[in-house]
Formats: sequence, C-alpha cells, structure tokens
Amino acid sequence: MTSPTSREWPLWEVFIRSQHGLAHKHVGSLHAPDAEMAVNNARDVYTRRNEGMSIWVVRAADIVASSPSDKGALFEPANSKVYRHPTFFPMPEEVKNL
Amino acid sequence: MDTKVNYLLRLGDNALILSQQLCRLCGKGPALEEDMALSNVALDLLGQTRLWYEYAAELEGAGRDEDRLAYHRDAHDFKNCLLLEQPNGNYADTMMRQFYFDTWHYFLIAALTHASDARIAAIAEKSLKEVTYHLRRSGDLVVRMGDGTAVSHAKTQAAADALWMYSGEAFAYDAVDQAMVDAGIAPPGAQLRSQWLAHVAEIFAEATLTMPPADAWMQSGGKQGRHTEHLGYILAEMQFLQRAYPNAQW
Repeated sequence: MTSPTSREWPLWEVFIRSQHGLAHKHVGSLHAPDAEMAVNNARDVYTRRNEGMSIWVVRAADIVASSPSDKGALFEPANSKVYRHPTFFPMPEEVKNL
Repeated sequence: MDTKVNYLLRLGDNALILSQQLCRLCGKGPALEEDMALSNVALDLLGQTRLWYEYAAELEGAGRDEDRLAYHRDAHDFKNCLLLEQPNGNYADTMMRQFYFDTWHYFLIAALTHASDARIAAIAEKSLKEVTYHLRRSGDLVVRMGDGTAVSHAKTQAAADALWMYSGEAFAYDAVDQAMVDAGIAPPGAQLRSQWLAHVAEIFAEATLTMPPADAWMQSGGKQGRHTEHLGYILAEMQFLQRAYPNAQW
C-alpha cells in the first residue's frame, strides 16, 4: 500500500483478453487509488466497453521484470539451437494460434 | 401534444442536458481516468437521447428529426428535470447530481424494459447496461468522497443537501406520467421513489453522509417547461451554431 501521505495514485498495469482472444495481453498502464477503480478505469480507458472480455490489473510494483543486462545469459543460448523450434514441419493452413 | 411524444421528449431531454453538462468537463476531470469516464457517460447519454428523440419524432410525424428537437427548441419547450440543468460546481456537486440521477434512471430504465410499447422496451433494454454501470460508478464515487477526508466529506454533504430539493421532481407524476402508467409503460412514481430512497439511503450510510429528510420540500417545473435560470445558458451555448446557420448540413 502507498503511505497515507502519498498524493500520487499508484501505477497499475492492465492486461486484457478480448472477446475472441486466447490470452490476456498487456495493453498499457494507468493510475488508480485501488484495484476496484483500476478495473473501472481500465474498462473506460482501454476497452470501450467491448463485452465478453476480461480485465486483469496488477500493481506495477508487484511485477518483477528480467534485467536487460541479463539478456545474453537468459536468451541467447537458445539462438543456436534450431531444433528447439518446430520449424521443420509444414503447418496446415487451418491450424490457427500456434 | 401526444402524451407519449411528450413522455419520450422528457426522457430524451434529461439525457441530453446531462450529457451536455458532462461534456463541459472534458479535459477538466480531477484525473485522466475520471475524465475518460465522464466522457463515456456523456456519450452513453447522448446515444440514449438520440434513440428517444428518433422515436418521438416518428410518432409526432411533424417532420422534426433529432437535430431539430435538440437545436430548435427553446427552454420552455425542454422537459428535462431541474436537477440535470444544475451547474457542474465542484466534483462532489457533479457526482452527487449524477448519483441522484443515475439511481432514478436505473430503476426507471429497468422498469421500462417491461413497457407495453415494444420500441420503448427495446431502447430501455439497450440502455440498461449503460445505466447499470453509471449507477455503480457514481455510487462508488459518492462513497469514496463521503467517506474520504474531512474536506471531501464536507463537500459531498454540502452537494447532497444543495441538490436534494431537485431530487423529488422525477417522482411527482403529472397527467403525462400518469397516462404512461395507465398505458403500461411507465412505472408508478411511488414505486420508483421508494426504490430511489432505499438505494440512496444505503449509499449514504456507507458514505457516512446524512440523508436529508425524505419529506422535504421539492422544487418542480422542469417537466412542464418551467426551468431554473441555468437552462437558457446551457441551450445558448449548445444551440448557437444551429441558430446562426439554421438547417446547415453537418
């Protein structure tokens, strides 16, 4: 929680799953005093009232991000291992969302 | 004037005048998110206005369309309740006006979904989702401001008291309203009023606000075209371009 003396509303990250979407996607952030208002605000700011979708809000302070300086150690070893990607199979047109 | 047309114009005028008032706050909300929410509510209400006017114009059959009804009528032809033409004031004033209206609007629209007139029921059905959200939002803000700091509490209580005398007009039924009740369209005024009082009492209790007495004197006249001094200014601004260039295409 922010301290009672803080006049700034905390930052929230907003994730939205659209009506036919398969997963929640990060769409942006906003300021709100608490979770309930963050959801209300996210609805007004990011959804324009599309029905049948889902909103997640999470305090920005609760997100732990990987460090850009760890990029090499975290991600680059995979680059030389093409067999980890299913790129050698022809995919039928009808198969979506893979 | 046909009573149903009159009733539809009242519904449309309420939504239009409040929408116009909220539009004046665009870019002036206390926070970006509030600004967006106010504009969303204003747009919802304008959409509802258009549906009521469209139907009123069709029934009237006098060749007037929604623009004609919005832009070519003067204050004494407007039938909105006086509450809605009250100034935006501070944010507590704005939200209290909204809350009083939303509470009444929600119960009215919910009842109109069962109207014997299929077109009215359909418009109400479409509006109900919007109105449900409006009510949730304004009630939430009244609680937050009433149960907030000492200053926000005082401002919210002042807004509640100042606007109270405009809150009863909607339930004081005249011949037009009564004809709509008899036709199986409008809900009875007493029923709406008890629903309104119960919800306002609930929110005020949560907001630590004192509810003014239910039997207090109530101002009326808006539905009959007798308005407070505020409406003329609202219309002067809203209708200027159509008055200057009547019937221009836009």
